[in-house]
Amino acid sequence: MEVALAEVSKSFGAVRALREVSLTLTPGRAHALLGENGAGKSTLIKVLAGVHRPDGGQLLVDGEPTRFASPADAKAAGVAVIYQEPTLFGDLSVAENVAMGRHPTRRGGMVDTAAMREQAELLFERLGVDIDPKRPARGLSIADQQLVEIAKALSSDARVIIMDEPTAALSGTEVARLFGVVGALREHGAAVLFVSHRIDEVFELCQDATVLRDGGFVWSGPLSEQTPDGVVRLMVGRDLDALFPKQDVEAGDTALEVRRLTREGVFTDVSFDVRAGEILALAGLVGAGRSEIARAVFGVDKPDGGEVLVRGKRIRPGSPGAAMAAGIGFVPEDRRQQGLVLAASIERNAALASLNRLSRLGFLRSSAERSLARDWAVKLQLKFSRLTDPVGVLSGGNQQKVVLAKWLSRQPKILIVDEPTRGIDVGTKAEVHRLLSELAAQGVAILMISSELPEVLGMADRVLVVREGRLVGEFSRAEADEERIVLAATGVAAG
Amino acid sequence: MKSLLRWESALAVLLVLVVVVGSAATGGIFLTGRGAFNVGSDLAVMALIALPLTLVIVAAEIDLSVASVLGLSSALMGALWNEGWPLEAILPVVIIVGALCGAVNGFLVTKLGLPSLAVTIGSLALYRGLAFVVLGDQAVADFPDSYTQFGTTPVPGTWIPYPILLFAVLAVVFGLLLHATTFGRAVFAIGANEEAARFSGIRVKRIKFILFVLTGAVAALAGIVYTLRFASARADNGTGLELEVVTAVLLGGVSIFGGRGTIGGVILAALVLGGLTDALIVDDIATEVVKLVTGLLLLASVFAPAVTQRMSRGTP
Amino acid sequence: MAVTAIRELGILIALAVVVAVTTIVNPLFLSGQGIRDLLLNACLVALLTVGQTMVVITRNVDLSVGSVLGLSAFVTADTFAVNPVLAVVVGIVVGALCGLFNGALVGLGKVPSLVVTLGTLSVFRGLDFMWAHGRQINAANLPDGFLALGSGSVLGIPYLVIITLIVLGIVALHLGSYRSGRELYAIGSNPEAAVLAGIPVGRRVFTTFLLSGTIAGLAGVLAVARYGTVDATVGNGLELQVISAVVVGGVAIFGGSGTVAGAALGALLLSTIGSALEVVHIAQFWQQAITGALLIGAIALDRSVALRVAARMRRQSRGVSA
Repeated sequence: MEVALAEVSKSFGAVRALREVSLTLTPGRAHALLGENGAGKSTLIKVLAGVHRPDGGQLLVDGEPTRFASPADAKAAGVAVIYQEPTLFGDLSVAENVAMGRHPTRRGGMVDTAAMREQAELLFERLGVDIDPKRPARGLSIADQQLVEIAKALSSDARVIIMDEPTAALSGTEVARLFGVVGALREHGAAVLFVSHRIDEVFELCQDATVLRDGGFVWSGPLSEQTPDGVVRLMVGRDLDALFPKQDVEAGDTALEVRRLTREGVFTDVSFDVRAGEILALAGLVGAGRSEIARAVFGVDKPDGGEVLVRGKRIRPGSPGAAMAAGIGFVPEDRRQQGLVLAASIERNAALASLNRLSRLGFLRSSAERSLARDWAVKLQLKFSRLTDPVGVLSGGNQQKVVLAKWLSRQPKILIVDEPTRGIDVGTKAEVHRLLSELAAQGVAILMISSELPEVLGMADRVLVVREGRLVGEFSRAEADEERIVLAATGVAAG
Repeated sequence: MKSLLRWESALAVLLVLVVVVGSAATGGIFLTGRGAFNVGSDLAVMALIALPLTLVIVAAEIDLSVASVLGLSSALMGALWNEGWPLEAILPVVIIVGALCGAVNGFLVTKLGLPSLAVTIGSLALYRGLAFVVLGDQAVADFPDSYTQFGTTPVPGTWIPYPILLFAVLAVVFGLLLHATTFGRAVFAIGANEEAARFSGIRVKRIKFILFVLTGAVAALAGIVYTLRFASARADNGTGLELEVVTAVLLGGVSIFGGRGTIGGVILAALVLGGLTDALIVDDIATEVVKLVTGLLLLASVFAPAVTQRMSRGTP
Repeated sequence: MAVTAIRELGILIALAVVVAVTTIVNPLFLSGQGIRDLLLNACLVALLTVGQTMVVITRNVDLSVGSVLGLSAFVTADTFAVNPVLAVVVGIVVGALCGLFNGALVGLGKVPSLVVTLGTLSVFRGLDFMWAHGRQINAANLPDGFLALGSGSVLGIPYLVIITLIVLGIVALHLGSYRSGRELYAIGSNPEAAVLAGIPVGRRVFTTFLLSGTIAGLAGVLAVARYGTVDATVGNGLELQVISAVVVGGVAIFGGSGTVAGAALGALLLSTIGSALEVVHIAQFWQQAITGALLIGAIALDRSVALRVAARMRRQSRGVSA
């Protein structure tokens, strides 16, 4: 079965998530979908999965224009999606998760539990993995959950299998096992769409590729026509060096000290310092524990052990209020869920972290709130029509500016930024980078988490690499290069 | 904001309609001083509880145990009076017990992370049960006139019931608390996106806990008002009142999903609901039919936003 | 699986303790008649828990069951004058219509079932009062054959118990061994994933409300047979006992797990406690308080167990790979 998109577009309100994208998935071939965060990959996957209906263009199955009105339609047509966040039913057994929706039945329609288990066992055997079909899905590792998802896809005889960044959270051996599985799927004549950030991986596994940038279509064709460098250039679409203008700043005193911070099962024994004027980057794979470290430093999560000191003074663990009082600001990873109250206005969002400073005897001074928002909107060149508009109508880049305004208005001495430029357009990205650089120049200590290596290499004075919850490498700006970081982050040499 | 204003204007129109139709149906009794006094006295109890509950629902939680706290406070009042306590000592004790009831709800919701729906269905049964344990099925009716006058006579020289005066004061307090203070701003943020609120340094759990305690205390206060109004302390006082209170809040334009709503809207809704109830009862329609109408209003008020949203999505 | 078995064992032990203590006080508690009374008292609530379990498994709740039972009971009793068979059918149909109304509102409006059924709780009760108009129907107005359904037995087992067990068996089989039943667990366990898996979530949720209403209708018919006297207040407040029984019986309030057998045991435990209070001369008033306390205790217990399991798994997951 061949599935193709022809000039497909999709918008959400004012945001054009996909613009006239075309690609063809061919049986027996693995197709890579490439692009930076926010390029539109997830939207494209959801169109293929029947979650989103395209606004324009066509979906073709074996050349016939088709509409997937629901995920059920896509599933029935033989399209299976393995999402980044596995979609298992934690309360149910692994075997039942595999069978859900197509349980084997005996005469009379009763579910045949024995056959269900047998089916799961056979599939796991075929995938070469050892998972007990009788155990509940809750508590499986991410890698095992993905394998269950793949078994699910196989059991439904999917002819097109879409994998959304399946390797992001996997260790070296798990990745190797997954690649074996994908190879076997291709041999059985399935078409695979594979989303990944790791270019080396893509060249190892895939025959074709499509590149997206900012929702637009850039290139699609056989990978044999491309080099890894060429693909990166297509993805980024600009000269790398110009975008990351971190100025050299003489680092000042130590602003933030993290001592033996531990959260059981998440990260262990993490210690580092950040000095005033310095940008320290935490690099590593998705799921390595970087964001969790940041959350514990800020106090959103309570660590099980260790301490955080600001200019030598220990701050109360597990209390964002205490961290804020000590001068820490936190621009979180998930802007829409953690950074903003989307339904609330721009000014309310901008003021949300400063409520106490904007009040007298507990009463909020709305004029102060408004002027705070207005000042920062000007300083950060926010594009908006009214400050009373809900922040949800802004573009990703402008939303991020509101989050930045929320924290910068508190004049933090230490700023933690988690994926500061995820999903925002190139222009705003450059503005954010310039802003971070200026803050550092003013003596702010910055802890940055980023999954984009060019960003890490361009911005950071120092890079710490996190793997499986531990710090495994430290590189100065001079030492840091892509290969060393990837090696430290994965424990495997880069392609 | 704009849609909320439209909602409140609709409520105001509805209120005028209720008054006009109610007066016509009752031969004008509605518009007399005595009629207004009765309507006001009847709706004050429900309206009082609606105030703190508005904050709870804006924070995306719910408290179904309010009517049982009312019953418990009424029963406790009766039992302590039987023991010979003076009312001056009984009243603060009753309010503290109500606050404790709210604290138990708040503890279970914020410390153990249990859903407030399940917790307060449980405490609805628990507190009502305790009310019966405290007072059994007797009625205590020998409270001194000097106190029951609070519920049975108007403010001298007017037809304003004292409970409405109390409600007006608390309405201003809760209105300011929700709309003019940092606390209120935090309540809205919690209801709209609890995680973002937490990431902004807002002490989500503490605020929710305070809201449950406030609700318990005001429900107990409403129990006192109820007892004085009918000069009768009984364990089954106010049974099922949670329906009316929740209806008033949702009819007032507060979103059941949290993050949206105004005290003004809830005040209007309480007047509409109270007026409607009295118009129906004056007209000799059984109280249970009033419940039917209340139930329909509740359904209408949660469906109206869903329907209008769907329609506005159809024509962007 | 193992977890629910442990829960059911726990309830049985609690049941045994209650019965043992009460029997020491009054040996008649465990006589043949005593046991029959215990089962009979538990029947109506147990029947309602069967429907409620299905609803709660899908992460919803039906607060209107007590009112549906009441409405169905009165309509049934009234229709007897016309035709007894018709009366039974009408009672069940009334319940089904109420369930249909709930299901349609929950499914169509994307409004939380809590609010919808809080509304219909009073709407159905109001209809009941309008229909009854202050009347009361007594056993004298009902045919003896029908009343025998409420008090009679075969081989010493009351008809009511048999009917309850049949309904329970059918639903247990459906939930355990049929695709559409298994899908209810999937919906409650992870609603978003259920949509992605192509499960018709709206239709399934609609059906659970329909069935919950229908079963409440049947319970209304049986309530008439059991009590003989019917007015508009029958079943008032019953929803509290039902939800409490379901949760005490191990059905997760967050959906996704639990069995009808556990829920029915929960109902048996609650009603046995009620009977025991009577026997040991503790005021009946305590029963409601105990119902509420058990409900809160059960969800608190479930929650703390779930948290502990999650914490252990978190530790293990990194422990292995590190």
